[in-house]
Amino acid sequence: MLYVNIEKKLDRYTLKAAFECDHNTLALFGASGAGKSMTLKCIAGIEKPDKGVIQLNGKTLFDSEKKINLPPQKRHVGYLFQDYALFPNMTVSGNITAGLRKLPKAERETKLRELINRFHLDGLEDRKPDTLSGGEKQRVALARIFASSPEVLLLDEPFSSLDTMLKLQLIPYIRGIIADFGGETILVSHDIDEVRQLCHALIPIADGVTADAQDTEEYYITLKEQFENLK
Amino acid sequence: MDLYPLYNSLRISAISAIVVFFIGIAAAYYIAKLPRFIKGILDVIFTLPLVLPPTVVGYLLLLVLGPKRSVGSFFLDTFDVRLTMQWWSAIFAVTVIVFPLMYRTARGAFERFDENLADAGRTLGLSNSYIFWRIRIPYCRQGIIAGVVLSFARALGEYGATSMIAGYTPGKTATVSTAVYQLWRTGNDALALKWVLINIAISAVVLFILNWIEKPQRRRS
Repeated sequence: MLYVNIEKKLDRYTLKAAFECDHNTLALFGASGAGKSMTLKCIAGIEKPDKGVIQLNGKTLFDSEKKINLPPQKRHVGYLFQDYALFPNMTVSGNITAGLRKLPKAERETKLRELINRFHLDGLEDRKPDTLSGGEKQRVALARIFASSPEVLLLDEPFSSLDTMLKLQLIPYIRGIIADFGGETILVSHDIDEVRQLCHALIPIADGVTADAQDTEEYYITLKEQFENLK
Repeated sequence: MDLYPLYNSLRISAISAIVVFFIGIAAAYYIAKLPRFIKGILDVIFTLPLVLPPTVVGYLLLLVLGPKRSVGSFFLDTFDVRLTMQWWSAIFAVTVIVFPLMYRTARGAFERFDENLADAGRTLGLSNSYIFWRIRIPYCRQGIIAGVVLSFARALGEYGATSMIAGYTPGKTATVSTAVYQLWRTGNDALALKWVLINIAISAVVLFILNWIEKPQRRRS
């Protein structure tokens, strides 16, 4: 269970994000610059909220009143960056192994093989990230995240840099990964079609302020009605 | 021909380049985290040796390290070590003169670093020192190596501050640059010219290396 209730003053608005996510997949849906990525960064511990509370599975990650602010290293958050943030100086294997450093050395090799198989990266082990396609990069980034055994998955616009055809292939694939993971997953997206494919519930966010969680299909219908009224 | 000045110049430059590698990187990295006001002041102090005449730097160093001055007299009294007029005294001078070059190139390289990579590393549980040495430094390595080579090249050419703090003792503190001046002053033009040519050759080679390092590497897509 992930509980978020935070405030952070930013240049254009004050971010006020409040929601909870209990063993399901939740989308943060809103326009570019609405504070979606900033919310994820606060959960991951990359950014520090001004005040509020973030809890994950009974553990407090951040609490401004109790002066708790765990470093990202101790939050066990799997963060998929928009551009994947693969380490350019390391090979595919090196990138995944970087996520395995908590394991004893003897176990790393078997776990690495397992992740390479699971994410269909055979043959790419010694390649550098800048020689990979967008889809391959995403699989490496996901393998690296699962190497670090995260408790929550944060997906920041996972399809924004991919073309439509690739997106069509990857959506079912990501859906499978989320289902296998089984924990809380937060998807950040500005594309309602993506959200409909992956999440039953969404949180609309506008100018940094989150609204109540809504059923994705109901939200989609009201959105579609608004579009039809434009004509 | 006594090659001692060449040997001495090369070791002084190499040691200074190594020293400046560490303190230049540290200064460039930590200054970025400071509040803007302090950052502005420190940046000016760190860059000053680049624009000051080397004689001014030499004078200031003597003010601290000279045998009758604070640090200088302390070392003389406690360890019986004189900090000036030794071959290694030149390292103090050269390090200060060359520091801004390393500091500024390293800072430029760090500013181009993609912070998402460090953030990704932290969420993966990597320690900050691992991220620094295995991700940040390799990412910025081109700029950092260029800074070291540039520092080494400039170190070879240092004359003003070195001559003030280490002087010219043949076979002891003589460097290529101080030898050229002394030989010319004492009318030994032919030998001075040899040293001039050696100096030009070494500097040209170092600059070729620098250009080769800075050549943009074409990326495969």
